[in-house]
Amino acid sequence: MKKLQILGPGCPKCKMLAELTETAANDLGIEYEIEKVTDISEIMKFGVMMTPALAVDGQVKAVGKVPSPEEIKKMLA
Amino acid sequence: MSWKTELKILAALVAIFLVAYALPLGNPKIQQAIYEAFRLLQWYARNHTLACVVPALFIAGAIITFLSKASVMRYLGPKSNPVAAYSVAAVSGCVLAVCSCSVLPMFAGIYQLGAGLGPASAFLYSGPAINVLAIFLSARVLGLSIGAGRVIGAVTFAVVIGLLMAAIFRKTEKTKIEAALQMPEPEKPPRHISKTALYLGCMVLFLVFSDWFNPGNVIVKTNDGRQFNAVVIHETKDNVRVQLEEDLGSEKTGDKIMLSKDEIAGMQERKTWVLAVYHIRWYLAGLCGMAVVIMAWRWFERDEIREWMLNTWQFTKLLVPLLFGGVFVVGFVSVLLPEKQVANWVGDNSLRSNLVASIIGTFWYFATLTEIPITQALMKLGMHNGPVLALLLAGPALSLPNILVIRKVMGNQKTLVFIILVVVMSTIVGMLFGTFWGQIT
Repeated sequence: MKKLQILGPGCPKCKMLAELTETAANDLGIEYEIEKVTDISEIMKFGVMMTPALAVDGQVKAVGKVPSPEEIKKMLA
Repeated sequence: MSWKTELKILAALVAIFLVAYALPLGNPKIQQAIYEAFRLLQWYARNHTLACVVPALFIAGAIITFLSKASVMRYLGPKSNPVAAYSVAAVSGCVLAVCSCSVLPMFAGIYQLGAGLGPASAFLYSGPAINVLAIFLSARVLGLSIGAGRVIGAVTFAVVIGLLMAAIFRKTEKTKIEAALQMPEPEKPPRHISKTALYLGCMVLFLVFSDWFNPGNVIVKTNDGRQFNAVVIHETKDNVRVQLEEDLGSEKTGDKIMLSKDEIAGMQERKTWVLAVYHIRWYLAGLCGMAVVIMAWRWFERDEIREWMLNTWQFTKLLVPLLFGGVFVVGFVSVLLPEKQVANWVGDNSLRSNLVASIIGTFWYFATLTEIPITQALMKLGMHNGPVLALLLAGPALSLPNILVIRKVMGNQKTLVFIILVVVMSTIVGMLFGTFWGQIT
């Protein structure tokens, strides 16, 4: 079970990242739960200055951009 | 399907229904307001869309795609040089904050993880005001002096506010969060920075030329033999409205008068370099545009171009409905606003007018870019240039929803001091501007 967290206050890019991540996880067929972290102080605890960001099992994998679907798959694998 | 979005759609439908049901169409004031809403929308569509908004969207997309954000963030990190941190924080808004929704997380990041309170405050003050679209649209719609005043005022006073914040709270402990800073990995730039700079520079020049305006300086000759210098403000089929540039009988310099076309024997454009550029603007813009196309073709990968187009499209989806929706609503509401009240509150360059404008700007929420049609409408109703700038400076930096988030990040005391600083500084800048450039429209 992987824990996927999307960090961002809810701007369009964060939503895009959330959708892409969900699709990628489904394609890979892994078990996962997805959580959107929108609270700024929670986001800061990840050490992230630029949103959107993606964390897998608490590890920050992408910061300040929406990666391509292929890149996301690599991050989830 | 989430309940929240569905409820929002329902609320929007109900709102449209209520307006459609209850709108008193028979009322002449309402009829005039509807006409004005469409007139203003058409004016934006004809005069500002192709030459200003569209190129600016492409530039915003290019900035996000081709400029490495990581290199800017390095100057705002925890071990940055303080002088560099303040100056970068004050100007980086034009690179980093193209969409206002990214301003708050970055502010929190700079404060808690990076360079600290001073640079974070500087970033928060200037960031939302100096993105490409805001700069060009305010210069174009509200006048060159207000556009320039906005940029210079925002950047300069961002540094002042940042330094004051840092000085006032120098003794409070650093409440930094102990977290390993996650920076975007430094990407290897695929080409030399000068190529990217030249590319962006050509695009900005394209916008500057395509958006070049006719200053309207003319020599007017009337049928009764008078001759005087004036600036054309507005021309209709039968009348011309001009602002005088020299005293004319009982009218003073700066007065606006209406002339019937029957009175005018001839109007001659005064030869200035601004006008000379105006006549060849499309050739100059065309050259820059061709240069951009050639550079894009020779230097950039297919994927990068695709990403650029994608980012441009994202901004378009985000900003165009806001801008044009805002213009429409402002056009409607501006007719219903009582002109006397506006002139009464913000019609001169007094301390009170500037203070009122700053306070309203501080608490009122302006959706990105809508501050421009709003101030434009207020100016038409008689708002003075000084308070206009005060409103434009305080407006995008703070709003009530914004303040609530900032309070959570840095606490009540610091938030309160920041609000006071924003109000005071914006008032001062507005008054200074109004004193020196109040007459120029």
